[in-house]
Amino acid sequence: MAPQITLSGRSMARGAFRPGRIVAWTLLLIGGLVMVTPLLFMLSTSLKDASQVYDLKLIPESPSFDNYWTVLSDGRFLRWFINSLVIAVTVTLSNVFFDSLVGYTLAKFQFRGRYVIFIAILSTLMIPTEMLVIPWYLMASTFGWVDTYWGIMFPGMMTAFGTFLMKQFFETVPDEFLEAARVDGLNEFTIWWRVAMPLVTPALSALAIFTFLGNWTAFFWPLIVTNSRELYTLPVGLSSFAVEQAIQWEMIMTGASLATIPTLIVFLLLQRYIVRGVMLAGLKG
Amino acid sequence: MSTARAKPGGLWNGLSLSHKRVVWAWTFLAVPILFYSVIRFWPTLQAIGLSFTNWNLMRPASFVGLENYTRLVQDPLFWQVFRNTFLYLIIGTPISLLISFAIAYYLDRVRFMHGFIRALYFLPFLTTAAAMAWVWRWFYQPVPIGVINGFLTWAGLPQQPFLRSTTQALPAILAPAIWAGLGFQVIIFIAGLRAIPTSYYEAARIDGVSEFAILRRITLPLLKPTLVFLIVFSSIGFLRIFDQVYNINFNDPGGPLNTTKPLVMMIYQTAFKSFDMGYAAAQTVVLFAILLAVSLIQLRVLKDR
Repeated sequence: MAPQITLSGRSMARGAFRPGRIVAWTLLLIGGLVMVTPLLFMLSTSLKDASQVYDLKLIPESPSFDNYWTVLSDGRFLRWFINSLVIAVTVTLSNVFFDSLVGYTLAKFQFRGRYVIFIAILSTLMIPTEMLVIPWYLMASTFGWVDTYWGIMFPGMMTAFGTFLMKQFFETVPDEFLEAARVDGLNEFTIWWRVAMPLVTPALSALAIFTFLGNWTAFFWPLIVTNSRELYTLPVGLSSFAVEQAIQWEMIMTGASLATIPTLIVFLLLQRYIVRGVMLAGLKG
Repeated sequence: MSTARAKPGGLWNGLSLSHKRVVWAWTFLAVPILFYSVIRFWPTLQAIGLSFTNWNLMRPASFVGLENYTRLVQDPLFWQVFRNTFLYLIIGTPISLLISFAIAYYLDRVRFMHGFIRALYFLPFLTTAAAMAWVWRWFYQPVPIGVINGFLTWAGLPQQPFLRSTTQALPAILAPAIWAGLGFQVIIFIAGLRAIPTSYYEAARIDGVSEFAILRRITLPLLKPTLVFLIVFSSIGFLRIFDQVYNINFNDPGGPLNTTKPLVMMIYQTAFKSFDMGYAAAQTVVLFAILLAVSLIQLRVLKDR
């Protein structure tokens, strides 16, 4: 009974005397296992050789990493992996820097035109990416950005969502902290970077997680702005690879696993921050 | 204005400081203002402008008035695509929200292995849609390849055509989209449920109110901000579906017979396969109008209740 005592009041009140608890728990667990079944099948098939693919067993009879060596050997996947990583990291850093700088300025500075700027940035939330891709493509081909990292990255270097999120959080930072730093003679940029930014790290990590994930899985714009295989991102590359493999399902599943495993590892390492980040962004955004 | 001015004896300092701060503010905003003007606002106007031209990369754009729009209204493909797009929305949003709310409602009360079970539901959210479409494509194959038909045959049920059927293909493509988004919705719902003060529940239980009545009278009304956010957010997602459709049926994207083609895919094909840029621009303007209308109607209806 000892654990019962340590339970918080809410869980006592909500669940302690429910008879269906075990049934509900079991159903939730089964549902959760069903949710990850596609991922398990993907991983298990990536460890099978062609002759075992159709046995549909979840545990391969003689698992081997041969498919991974085959897929990785020609270097394309490695290249796409590096492309995706460089792009997602660069765009994330840019968003963490600019979105919070703009959010901070709009939250903590008093100046004429502040409200207009805020509404203007916020209004871009309503414009779907799909409406902008034709002008962006035109811009990219005019300036020679097609098939370059910059061409893939430039539309996402700042986002209204991130700016709004950061503004919400900077508003909770007490002015006294900033005032104290001002009295100490720090300039405004240093106050933002050294004093205000460390106070909103949960929001920054939420922003970073969302931006990274969004760019890591992005498909539509990279598909449009890349023509040469060398510049594909991982999702676009995987798509072209799968088309070329036709019905070699074990190879396709290996490619899909290669695209998925890194994010799963990152999640397992940072689970608490990611879940908290999603909650923060969802509630404030 | 700035609190510096309120400091005793700091009037001169305060004035100059607040002027300095205005300069700082505009310095901070200079690059972002340039970015939003050039990468967001100008392209928006450009897309609207292009929608009144017949530009197609081959010839210079010339003004054709509303021709693209009248052509769109007369295009049977557009109405097919319009119907598909709304089917994704009308089936996807309620089903995904019902399932995720049910999961969140019960998961919130679970303490034993809470983190593990939550992780199971959340993992698909972290996957790449383009990669998962291929996994699901494999699942939907006929025997002896596909897992689902293999299971149906094992259970003595007839095989299903799934992606090859004009009626089953759209739900079959929607399933992975719902699957991938579920974890996000569950987490947001749990966050919303936790924000409801426990005292409300305690008071209701002391009064002997049934669990169902508590759900209907206390939980759901207090969860409204979360619900509104998720409804609008997931509706926009389903209206903009593309990655799954493109990858799950790569040899006939949007098929069979265009029964799964969403508006975004029509835009993609018009612009980057047929290079009919003016016509595609008109389609993007229509997409924008649809998204705006659906969001505004949802906000209006939900706020009133």
